[in-house]
Amino acid sequence: MNLALKLVAQRLALGIILLLLVSVLIFTGTLILPGDVAQSILGQSATPEALANLREELGLNEPAVARYFDWLGGLLTGDLGTALTNGQDIASSLGTRLKNTLFLAFWAAMVSVPLAIFLGLVAVRFRDRWPDKLISGLTLSTISIPEFLIGYVLMYFVGVKLGWAPTVSTIYDSMTLVEKLNAIALPVTVLTLVVLAHMMRMTRAAILNVMQSPYIETAELKGLTMFIIIWRHAFPNSVAPIVNVVMLNLAYLVVGVVVVEVVFTYPGMGQYLVDHVSKRDLPVVQACGLIFAAVYIGLNMIADIVSILSNPRLRHPK
Amino acid sequence: MKDQIEYYKMRAALGKMSRREFFGRVGAVGVTAAVANTMLADAVRAAGPQKGGTIKIGISGGGSSDSLDPALTSNSTAGMVTRMWGETLVGLAPGGGLEFHLAESVSSSPDAKTWTFKIRSGVSFSNGKPLTAEDAMATLERHSGEDTKSGALGIMRGIKMVRTDGMDLIVELETANADLPFLLTDYHLMIQPNGGKDDPTAAIGTGPYLLKSAEPGVRFVFEKNPNNWRDEGHASTVEMLVINDDTARMAALQSGQVHAVNRVPPRTADLVGRAPNITVHSRSGPAHYVFVAHVDTDPFSNRDVMLALKYGMNRQEMVDKILFGYGSLGNDTPINSSYPLFTEMPQREYDPEKAAHHWKKSGHDGPVLLRTSDNSFPGAPDAAALFQQSLAAAGVPLEVKREPNDGYWSEVWNKQPFCTSYWGGRPVQDQMYSTAYLSTADWNDTRFKNEQFDQLLVGARAELDQTKRKQMYADMGTILHNEGGLICPMFNDLVEATSDAVAGWEQSAGFELMDLKAPIKLWVTA
Repeated sequence: MNLALKLVAQRLALGIILLLLVSVLIFTGTLILPGDVAQSILGQSATPEALANLREELGLNEPAVARYFDWLGGLLTGDLGTALTNGQDIASSLGTRLKNTLFLAFWAAMVSVPLAIFLGLVAVRFRDRWPDKLISGLTLSTISIPEFLIGYVLMYFVGVKLGWAPTVSTIYDSMTLVEKLNAIALPVTVLTLVVLAHMMRMTRAAILNVMQSPYIETAELKGLTMFIIIWRHAFPNSVAPIVNVVMLNLAYLVVGVVVVEVVFTYPGMGQYLVDHVSKRDLPVVQACGLIFAAVYIGLNMIADIVSILSNPRLRHPK
Repeated sequence: MKDQIEYYKMRAALGKMSRREFFGRVGAVGVTAAVANTMLADAVRAAGPQKGGTIKIGISGGGSSDSLDPALTSNSTAGMVTRMWGETLVGLAPGGGLEFHLAESVSSSPDAKTWTFKIRSGVSFSNGKPLTAEDAMATLERHSGEDTKSGALGIMRGIKMVRTDGMDLIVELETANADLPFLLTDYHLMIQPNGGKDDPTAAIGTGPYLLKSAEPGVRFVFEKNPNNWRDEGHASTVEMLVINDDTARMAALQSGQVHAVNRVPPRTADLVGRAPNITVHSRSGPAHYVFVAHVDTDPFSNRDVMLALKYGMNRQEMVDKILFGYGSLGNDTPINSSYPLFTEMPQREYDPEKAAHHWKKSGHDGPVLLRTSDNSFPGAPDAAALFQQSLAAAGVPLEVKREPNDGYWSEVWNKQPFCTSYWGGRPVQDQMYSTAYLSTADWNDTRFKNEQFDQLLVGARAELDQTKRKQMYADMGTILHNEGGLICPMFNDLVEATSDAVAGWEQSAGFELMDLKAPIKLWVTA
């Protein structure tokens, strides 16, 4: 157990250093983009005087390095600051968006992960027979179609023609859980279709790999049924690669769903980030970037730890 | 039979008969669906507005970085939000004239330099504070002060001093301007308590609705203001959903999740309108798509190059293929018949021979570089390609460079010598010309500097005789048409749609969605 703690501490420290580097990268990246926040706010109706006034007010005339350390200081004391564009408190508006993003990702994961693993197991059980081919064929076709297209097709048939689910997935606090789930039915379906194949194929491949081992043959000779063999003997030994893929897809569900958010008008973080990047609103971009990076690093760390702990050879390195 | 139809119309209008039922009944007495549709719309209008219910608007043009401060309003969503809770002194009437809101009347000195607005008494802000002339004064001050960041600064700059006298607001101008009341219809200039100096984003005003929930870029909810001085607004609740994706917005309308949408893509407008419960409204307005060249920069400083480009533009093709017919021909000025003092000019036609002639005469050699991007106007890269083809027929080489959307307005437009762009138009000629064609204008995106034009523009401001004024604007149009760097192939219609769950749509001057007042002026039918 000590080893696990040390491992976690090590990974955490590395993660934090990585986050700092990411924040520097985002900061310089946004600075390099043409135009600044004052210009974006005022748009076509701006005049040079209004621009100068706004730049002064937003503190854009200070050197970039000083602004970065100001921001870093705020972050370390738990203050994300306020958005330059509309003066709203970043922590609170980002909080709502993050909650929405996690809500969508959570339900998409709740549907897709068990479904993918189950389908993977079924595919192994009926290897090279029609259920296997059907599952692979279907999931591979849904992953190959761009997600916005799946979104539009579902929107048209399920939303407009059949009227089963709303086409606009805007959710807000006064909705009940059932209303919210109804609202996100279509985006969850799209996301499930998009991430299914990757996890399903990996499950299938990893288990098939283990199925060649002598102990599976032993289990077969003991007279166990195929599903019991897969579930008790093959699956635990192929957990590491499966967890890796699952985590990668979970990370995608959190940080990579901006297209689905736009198509279904879902008020998640992706949309929020894109709006603020196009307005060059640095503090918001920084905050979103850090959260995305943290999610990515965190989930990968979990995958690492799980695969190390699940593998005795990695648990006791020589 | 007539009585029977009348009876059905009344029942349907009152919501006692469903639309489907109405169609069935009148169909049975031999009325076609198209006629029945018009009949129903008329009947619903004639029955008068219904109070109550919820109106949902699906609107494009809004982001999560939008502010509630009216000074920073820069898109349709933010503009519509301010219209809900706030009011200006004067507004644009649906027909294009002036409408008095928080000002009861307006008068000017004979030289059009001193203007007196009589502020309406007995009006209260939504926080209970009564409206005074000082509030109006403070508002104008906030938008014109030295340190303002208001989007209205450009139009406020001509104001020398504002003072009050009882309920009178007196505005003194540096130079005469006969159009001042029209300038004050600008949606940045919502009258706020103490001019919004204390809390500009409080959304407290005199408007017909109260802001209940605001999530910029996502959703705004309003409830009717019971104390609005003229009891404007029909629905008891208004919900605005920001849906920037075109397909998603149309689907939301078709599936009944919203009742009205803006910016129906012309490409799909016919398809959307084919649905039985949806009506597409299109209206010609002052908005136009442009190709702007800096006439102080080589090769555009060569008048023959400019003329070659102008004659090489196939305007009809642009209207047909870029606007899908939802628009009208441009004539290389920013003014069309939607302006009050418009004078028709001979239409410049596509003429490859003349274009070739001017191109040869210019002595210029080598291709002309045009920059474009997707967001400069819908279909801009396609329009640039069409322009390239029509110029090629005249032997004029055009090179098209595609620029990224991001940063187009800060790095390309008004910086590079030749690019595609759009203008939303303004309520009056003076404002349009002052914004972009006066020598000293900040947004002179064609670098057009013409002394005679400037003199006419300033002169027209002080001219209270409408006939003389009209002639002055006509002369200015001719100068710009011949010498300007503006190539204006088309005026784009505003294409919008409503579902039959709401009624009360009327053609209005000004911005999209009934000058952004659709949620106030529409009512729920059933």
